[in-house]
Amino acid sequence: MDRRTFLTAGLGLGTLFVAGSVHAAWPKDAFEAQESGALIDMLAGSKPAPSDAITITAPDIAENGAVVPIAVSTTLEDVTRISIVVEQNPLPLTSTYDLTPDSVPYVSTRVKMQKTSNVVALVEAGGKSYSGVREVKVTIGGCGG
Amino acid sequence: MAGSMRVRAKEKDGVVTVKALITHPMETGLRKDGDGNVIPAHFIQEVTATVGGEVVFTANWGTGVAKNPYLSFKYKGSKGDLLTLAWTDNQGHSDALEVEVK
Repeated sequence: MDRRTFLTAGLGLGTLFVAGSVHAAWPKDAFEAQESGALIDMLAGSKPAPSDAITITAPDIAENGAVVPIAVSTTLEDVTRISIVVEQNPLPLTSTYDLTPDSVPYVSTRVKMQKTSNVVALVEAGGKSYSGVREVKVTIGGCGG
Repeated sequence: MAGSMRVRAKEKDGVVTVKALITHPMETGLRKDGDGNVIPAHFIQEVTATVGGEVVFTANWGTGVAKNPYLSFKYKGSKGDLLTLAWTDNQGHSDALEVEVK
């Protein structure tokens, strides 16, 4: 959270302090990126290597783009981060997950999809970046507007 | 925002699977209401899971996570662990819940 967001949050000082400290690591620039290629470069630091060791579980066709279940798992070792990118969304980065040595590299959530898009799973493992991709067709978009 | 979460954590073969549902609007800030006014962005930014004071998993969310979010993850743990799941949103709201791993 940068200073401007911090100051405009407009809540009690105590709450602000807590929110500010907790959000120190929230990757604001990545979440505000509007172009998925640049976003992936930003997150991965370089071009991620396509990997068969990443499994994306998602419906082939999502009837309701407002709620699309996505699960990402991998057999890669020493996974430190998993990010889920919906290439065609106005803000492609949906979420990023910081793993610890206690984590098992698996995460499942539900994302919004404006239209048919590739869903990219970026995995950071052993200091390197890998990616998996899967197309999800959307019949009714779900980003509102 | 107390009572915003439902969390289940179950251990099998040394791996705890956590499943959580959170009640939250997850507004993108891109939508407009009936009068054409932009509905301000209101979304959870961070969810952390801690066991015995140690963070085992952190989720950073943007506006692309669906309304009333679902989150599932796994960590190496045991039955009886006390797991705390806590979230904070971009408007400074937060909630936390402690559950015992079954």
